[in-house]
Amino acid sequence: MGLEIATTRLEDAANWGRKFSLFTYPFVTACCGMEFMSVAAPKYDIARFGAEFPRFSPRQSDLLMIVGTITERQGPILKRVYDQMAEPKWVIAFGVCASTGGFYQNYSAMPGADQVIPVDVYIPGCPPRPEQVLDAIVLLMKRVQEGRGHSQVRQKRERQLRAGG
Amino acid sequence: MAQAVLDALKARFGPGILDLSSRHGEHVAVLKRDALREVAVFLRDDPAMAFNLPCYCTCIDYLGLEALAPSGSAEPTGYASRTPGDGPGAPDARFALVYELRSLVHGHRIRLKVPLREDDVVAPSLADLWPAFNWLERETYDMYGVSFTGHPDLRRIYMYDEFVGHPLRKDYPKERRQPLVRREWTDE
Repeated sequence: MGLEIATTRLEDAANWGRKFSLFTYPFVTACCGMEFMSVAAPKYDIARFGAEFPRFSPRQSDLLMIVGTITERQGPILKRVYDQMAEPKWVIAFGVCASTGGFYQNYSAMPGADQVIPVDVYIPGCPPRPEQVLDAIVLLMKRVQEGRGHSQVRQKRERQLRAGG
Repeated sequence: MAQAVLDALKARFGPGILDLSSRHGEHVAVLKRDALREVAVFLRDDPAMAFNLPCYCTCIDYLGLEALAPSGSAEPTGYASRTPGDGPGAPDARFALVYELRSLVHGHRIRLKVPLREDDVVAPSLADLWPAFNWLERETYDMYGVSFTGHPDLRRIYMYDEFVGHPLRKDYPKERRQPLVRREWTDE
């Protein structure tokens, strides 16, 4: 019992650290990239939330921002980038194309990046306002703290399976 | 200005030309497929033509609009009841292959249209005459399924190799997707 409380508290402390130091991998494919630049630039400044440091290697990042339309042809690439990231990891679908395919209802566009990888927070808008992105980051921080991110839940389940078996 | 080009084409390649028209300063020559290569060589190499800038190559799918073509005649008659340039240009054709050429020497431009039948979507490649048509013909092949004979590297250029069919054909279902990967929805 005592150990359980201790590990829970440890997890909380780790999540507290994680949520204030999200290392972003911007998977920028389309026009939403302009809005991403705006969010990252001094005026809106996601550095205030500890997510200011874009890493251009998936292995050094824990937040995948899918910024723009994902085509069917890009699906395997997106999946590979996601698989390369170290656990725990989170995904934000930035804009309506990454969330649902947007107005591209055709042969080439994927109807949402969540067809390939699990997405934690969806940002609507074409493109979204920077305030919406900041809102999404705050939502994600809450999710990180509570351990409800997809990869956190998966890790927890796997730990339980290992402990049980 | 390019009326001289149309006149020269008519004088030189009369039987190979299905239709000639000019509208809003756009000059269109509808050609038989067999005449395309020699017309293209003439347009590129003749000093009075000197079409040295290949603007684009594409295709039009007239599915359901084949009736816009003039009936039967192989003579350059124009279109009796329709505005010039409508329809694929031959009564039994479904596709029209389109090349747009421009001359930076003389400042004139011309559009070549080649009607293609649905069961025989094959055309000679012009990629050796204007290398810029290499990728454009690949795109036309990818999107419309026009097979270019003599093309050096006829592969898909936009879609992946696993893709079946040609998506800009009018009979390709509008929202039919051919996914490469999908995840298993077991994470939640």
